[in-house]
Amino acid sequence: MKNDRTYLIFSILGGLVLLFIIAPLLSIFLSTSFKDVSDTIKDSEVTESIWLTIFISMVGTILFALGSIPLAYLISRKQFFLKRFFIAVINLPIVIPHSAAGIALLSVLSRNTLAGKFAGQLGFEFVSSPAGIMLAMSFVSIPYLITSAIDGFNAVPVKLERAAMNLGASPWRAFFTIALPLAWRPILSGLILMWARGMSEFGAVIIIAYHPITTPVLIWERFNTFGLQYAKPVSLLFICICLAFFIVFRLLTKRNTDARG
Amino acid sequence: MLGVRNISKVLGDFHLEDISFSVEKGTYFVLLGGSGSGKSVLLEILSGIIRPDSGHLTLEEKDITTAPIQKRRLAMVYQDQALLPHLTVFENIAYPLRCTKIPSSLISKKVGELAALVEVSALLKRKPLTLSGGEAQRVALARALASDPVCLLLDEPLSNVDTPLRYGLRRLLRRINASGQTIIHVTHDFEEALSLADELAVIENGRIVQQGTPEDVFSSPKSEFTAHFTGIRNFFRGKLTSGHINNDIKCFTIKSTTFSVATDAQDGEGYLIIPTESVIISEDKIENQAVNLLQGEVVDYFPTRAGIEIVVKAGDLLISGLMPKGTLWQRDELAGKKVWLYINSLPKRFIPL
Repeated sequence: MKNDRTYLIFSILGGLVLLFIIAPLLSIFLSTSFKDVSDTIKDSEVTESIWLTIFISMVGTILFALGSIPLAYLISRKQFFLKRFFIAVINLPIVIPHSAAGIALLSVLSRNTLAGKFAGQLGFEFVSSPAGIMLAMSFVSIPYLITSAIDGFNAVPVKLERAAMNLGASPWRAFFTIALPLAWRPILSGLILMWARGMSEFGAVIIIAYHPITTPVLIWERFNTFGLQYAKPVSLLFICICLAFFIVFRLLTKRNTDARG
Repeated sequence: MLGVRNISKVLGDFHLEDISFSVEKGTYFVLLGGSGSGKSVLLEILSGIIRPDSGHLTLEEKDITTAPIQKRRLAMVYQDQALLPHLTVFENIAYPLRCTKIPSSLISKKVGELAALVEVSALLKRKPLTLSGGEAQRVALARALASDPVCLLLDEPLSNVDTPLRYGLRRLLRRINASGQTIIHVTHDFEEALSLADELAVIENGRIVQQGTPEDVFSSPKSEFTAHFTGIRNFFRGKLTSGHINNDIKCFTIKSTTFSVATDAQDGEGYLIIPTESVIISEDKIENQAVNLLQGEVVDYFPTRAGIEIVVKAGDLLISGLMPKGTLWQRDELAGKKVWLYINSLPKRFIPL
């Protein structure tokens, strides 16, 4: 009887949290007309910004995965000086205000900095460019990938890699044939989270680049210039596309990607 | 072929001290020891997982003390097999072959041969998690053999296997050894060691305390650990000194207790073995006996094949004997019972250090 009451209280409290997540999303769905959405789909500025946002975040995720996955592996497998400090540093972008992150990034990427001058010599610049947007998106979202990958590698017994090396495999081969396939699922989850979080970034991106315009910036611009009614269709469209990608990737990670199966 | 010279390693509170032995080609060498004795650490040092603090390892006259794990050609079979869970049985066995530049057709042939040897041909498409303990151990053996090792290192390979399957695996190990494969096998199981070993080393508290053929080790145990394996309960370390009465009866002193022992051994440190059958337990003091007579209190008792075994605390010693036949002692009255012990001098055995 007491147990039943506990579950009832927990269900009510949990239900309120779910309502808090669902209500705004449902509201935007219900308060936006099909015609507004249809007109927004035909608006090239909106569709271009959505594809740009998806593409830049994906490129950033893939590029940074090349360094993040080895870094996560090192953190998982090796004991080294200041390891806990480095883990804390990796998670810093989650806790600092993203507008502050944008300012911090700008201070190393603007034209008169070392990185900015180097980019200039190569014929591009970070400020107001897709490259800068990619870095801003990656900066705030990379902790999700690294943390998830560390958890994934931690779950793979070191003994399996030692067994592989004992059978003649090089450390390189043991990583690619044992650690990576077995940690694949959490890594893929981390990649999806990083990509999704990168796409939704506004604060850091707007400081680095107002143009080319990403969807979160476009939503803010429409809201600021024309009001709530004009911002809603773009928001709805972006939410739907993000949800569609999110669901597809989630399904992919569930189906036969558990290497231990 | 494999030489272990003065290997030492400190791991926290545990010390592996001055381990030396050699294993000739084709030998089945068993390292016997209890939990925490250091046998698995030693195996990990041999395989290259752990670096020793000092000492040398040689394999076929080459120093491999600091050689990388993947270059040693000492293939390890783990207690829990460590099969790769995401690969099929076929791919597990093929794994070491794929680390070399062998063509795929030859890999299939070799895997087929090894699977036939360990009798897992029907399991090649299965994943390791679907295998029984015995099947998984056979696959682990085949995988280790696929790496063409100079020596196989087996870490308690039969401990997770049911008894009927264990006999089959022992036969398989003997067959593999008979084909010329050198094997170093670590176990805590005395019967396993006896049934497989050509040579045996007993490891205790990080030191090798005895080494030789199984016959040597079990006929003259030099540690309490080995003695217990052989069913000897009363195994004491002490000092033998010449007696006052005649030269054949000597005194063996353990802490504050002295026994009269019939032996012609030289005086000095050693071990005394008293078979449980030689311990006469009585409620009343045995008359006409002046030596080897002790009084004590029953601290434990348990049934054995020979009868109820009683453990008596007499002074500093715990001495085991059998409950006298024909007594009417109730089991629930045994704990704490005051008894007299008389130890017959004839069957006692002294093993000098």
